[in-house]
Amino acid sequence: MTTTAVRTKPTVAVWKFASCDGCQLNLLNAEDELLEVADTVNIAYFPEATRTMLPGPYDVSLVEGSITTPEEIERIKMVREQSGVLITIGACATHGGIQALRNYADVEEYTRYVYAHPEYIETLETSTPISEHVKVDFELRGCPVDKYQLVEVIAAFAQGRRPRIPTYSVCVECKRAGNICVPVVSGEPCLGPVTQAGCGAICPSFNRGCYACFGPQDSQNCHGMADRLAALGMTNDEMVRAYRTFNATCEPFHAESMRHERARKAGAEEVEA
Amino acid sequence: MRTMGLAAIDELVAVLDGAGYEVFGPRVRDGAIVLAPISGVADLPRGVGDEQDAARYRLRDRGDDRLFGYAAAAQGLKPVLFPSDELLVRIRKTPIGFDLEEPEAPARPRAFLGARDCDLRALAVHDTVLSSREFADKSYGQRRDGVFVVAVSCADPCGTCFCVSQGGSPKPGDGYDLALTELVDDAGHRFVVEVGSERGAEVLAQVTTAEAAESDLAAVDAQVAEATASMGRTLDTEGLPELMFAAADSPHWDTVAARCLACTNCTLVCPTCFCTSVEDSTDLSMSTTERHRVWDSCFGARFSYIHGGVVRASGKSRYRQWITHKLAGYQQQFGLSGCVGCGRCITWCPAAIDITAEAAALRASLADPETDLETAGEAR
Amino acid sequence: MTATDVAADVTAPGPMTPRPYRVVARRQDTHDTATLDLIPLYGEQAHWRSGQFMMLYAFGVGEIAVSISGGALPGEPLRHTIRDVGAVSHALTQTKVGDVIGVRGPFGTSWDAMDAVGGDLMFIAGGIGLAPLRPSILEAVRRRGEFRRVILLYGSRPGEGFLFTDEIEEWERLHGFTVHQGVRAGLADVVNDPSFDPAMLLTLACGPDIMMEVAAKTLTDRAVPPQKVRLSLERSMHCGIGLCGHCQLREAFMCVDGPVFSYDQLVPLLATEEL
Repeated sequence: MTTTAVRTKPTVAVWKFASCDGCQLNLLNAEDELLEVADTVNIAYFPEATRTMLPGPYDVSLVEGSITTPEEIERIKMVREQSGVLITIGACATHGGIQALRNYADVEEYTRYVYAHPEYIETLETSTPISEHVKVDFELRGCPVDKYQLVEVIAAFAQGRRPRIPTYSVCVECKRAGNICVPVVSGEPCLGPVTQAGCGAICPSFNRGCYACFGPQDSQNCHGMADRLAALGMTNDEMVRAYRTFNATCEPFHAESMRHERARKAGAEEVEA
Repeated sequence: MRTMGLAAIDELVAVLDGAGYEVFGPRVRDGAIVLAPISGVADLPRGVGDEQDAARYRLRDRGDDRLFGYAAAAQGLKPVLFPSDELLVRIRKTPIGFDLEEPEAPARPRAFLGARDCDLRALAVHDTVLSSREFADKSYGQRRDGVFVVAVSCADPCGTCFCVSQGGSPKPGDGYDLALTELVDDAGHRFVVEVGSERGAEVLAQVTTAEAAESDLAAVDAQVAEATASMGRTLDTEGLPELMFAAADSPHWDTVAARCLACTNCTLVCPTCFCTSVEDSTDLSMSTTERHRVWDSCFGARFSYIHGGVVRASGKSRYRQWITHKLAGYQQQFGLSGCVGCGRCITWCPAAIDITAEAAALRASLADPETDLETAGEAR
Repeated sequence: MTATDVAADVTAPGPMTPRPYRVVARRQDTHDTATLDLIPLYGEQAHWRSGQFMMLYAFGVGEIAVSISGGALPGEPLRHTIRDVGAVSHALTQTKVGDVIGVRGPFGTSWDAMDAVGGDLMFIAGGIGLAPLRPSILEAVRRRGEFRRVILLYGSRPGEGFLFTDEIEEWERLHGFTVHQGVRAGLADVVNDPSFDPAMLLTLACGPDIMMEVAAKTLTDRAVPPQKVRLSLERSMHCGIGLCGHCQLREAFMCVDGPVFSYDQLVPLLATEEL
């Protein structure tokens, strides 16, 4: 790769906020592609992978995790200042992640249950996506992100083009893969129709319904989806959880979960139209 | 006309295999009938039937030995002849420009065992759309070339079948090399064979058959008549293209849009839907790129994207595009209906939207604007 | 049709395979628009008609439909005027002389400006819409004596800049074009002119949908036959050859039935939103 070596390779930094490290691990898992990635970009800061830590600024920053502490609010601003392009990777950084369930609960109470000495815990009442705090140039979905999509995003920014990340539903990937539609053939609920593709339809490929970890597709109809889920026997309680699990801070999922929470609280059989 | 027994199906598959064909037939996978490579009767869904309704598909034990006792399989022939992802060309950068390399045509032609009349009429639609106009789809032509079809009559149409409304029949009318009608009665388990082409006759000559009795032919007629009378649904096609165009501004689209999930499933199981996207991908070093043709759908937002926005932004405009194209646009473009009445879009719609019910609701809304659109759309 | 009727030509390159063309000249027209002259790396130059488009491919980035902006005489290089509005158009406008891009085409219908011979010919252009009209304008320049009046109405959005300003000046000064800056005002001038003869006028328009619709409506309201108002429409095109389905407007494939349509064909298609 003499041609790429002559050119200065773009520098990439990988940052972690409130998260499980699964998205970073998926970057490490992309073994075959990683060598080529390393040939294309200069991984300057990636504590999970290497001890080498080159100082900023960085051409591309990949940010994993959501904002859950006062310290993180300051740190993400620092990351933004040092980054040419800032890309969030995964459901936490993009839509708050599983920890955004705290947004619907009493965090103090949570803390008391979990920690022996809650007084040492300094935390925010919410888990919020990176985009609520700084400008984000691209959001990569998924819990975790798909390694091929991750490599594509890195390649695209290194090559100065838009990443080819589809925004249509999981159903497109499912049908292209030749899968048999899980809810139609078994009655098991599946959120694939409202969920953005990108995972390769992993769960339906193993005869499981989709859990919507990639967040809403570009033309989601969460309301219509809920009507169908109810027809398959899902309760309001289950509906609230289905729409909140990974991407609670994204508006369509949040709004739909609230509709079912109100219905649950009212003890109503029917949800409002 | 000839008849053949169960063992002759194995002979038939072996003859086709020996003649160089890759033989596809029905198999059970993940709770449904799919089309996949087969090597003999042992692979076929013996005694398996199906129940289909809007958003519902279940296999059932028929309690008999029929090999073809199910209705429309999960997909038609489309995934084999018009695959969801087809490499069109590989482009390599060179010092002076780029080199182009198109993939080779498939080495073995395909043979299909068990294709239904709706599958063959859908194939004829694809032939018209993809191979008969000014520009032809080269890879489709390559895959289509030399296909051998062993069609089978439908004995037991399902709840979402309406081929008869769309000019079809449980008994294959055209487009086959051999056509079988499976009979299971006191006279035994046997297949009455019709020959549709010279190639079909040549293949059949290598298989053990016997002269068909008058009673066999009568049994075929009776079975087909019964199947014809047991369509799960109907679609009134009287003046349908004009009606669909006239309904462009109907308020009914809003009631469909409330239910439609814009998931694309109807288009991807439809055997005549042909919309695709061209995707160019590149390796990390930017030295080689590939151009793929992939299945796409008019239900996606990006589908109608031009710089500055999406032409069909609302869900209702996309449903309208799809059903109007199926039931009216094809007629204008290709002189035939885009719907063969296979019912797949109804069965596999996770929101249970029914093309026959929606067309009926639109007809009712034009006839009498006071019709309760909500109930008309959901009624069947 | 029987199963064996369909035969494919398995040797010719598929219609989806681009041909390499070299950029032999490049001009920056405005801050975001550039014109490229292209010749094939090997083989014959394609023959095209005014109004047709090509699919232009930037290596590794993708492909877009771009109308031809150069003359259609034999021997002329293939010329495209491209506005930088997306990833592919950006890559194309950034090419340098000597670079190689992919080309498929020509595709689509043409303006057929010569239908106006003996009468009046009007071009209506909005922004980059002047580029697809230019081949026909050059035709009108070459055969100026065969037309009565030749009119050009040209408007652009604030900040968009104007294309081909030197040439426009020449068309006006040397070839007797009537040129109006601004489409709406120019249109009012044209239809209110005492010499305006609706039966003698052929109009070719290219620009934003709304501009073309307003112009077509104004003209047909003043008794211009809708068959003699021709518009070039833009829709999402992926294949350019009527196979992929993206550019459909009801039963019309923009890429093979268009991009040039007469207004009477479009009236029922433009009447419904989001069609």
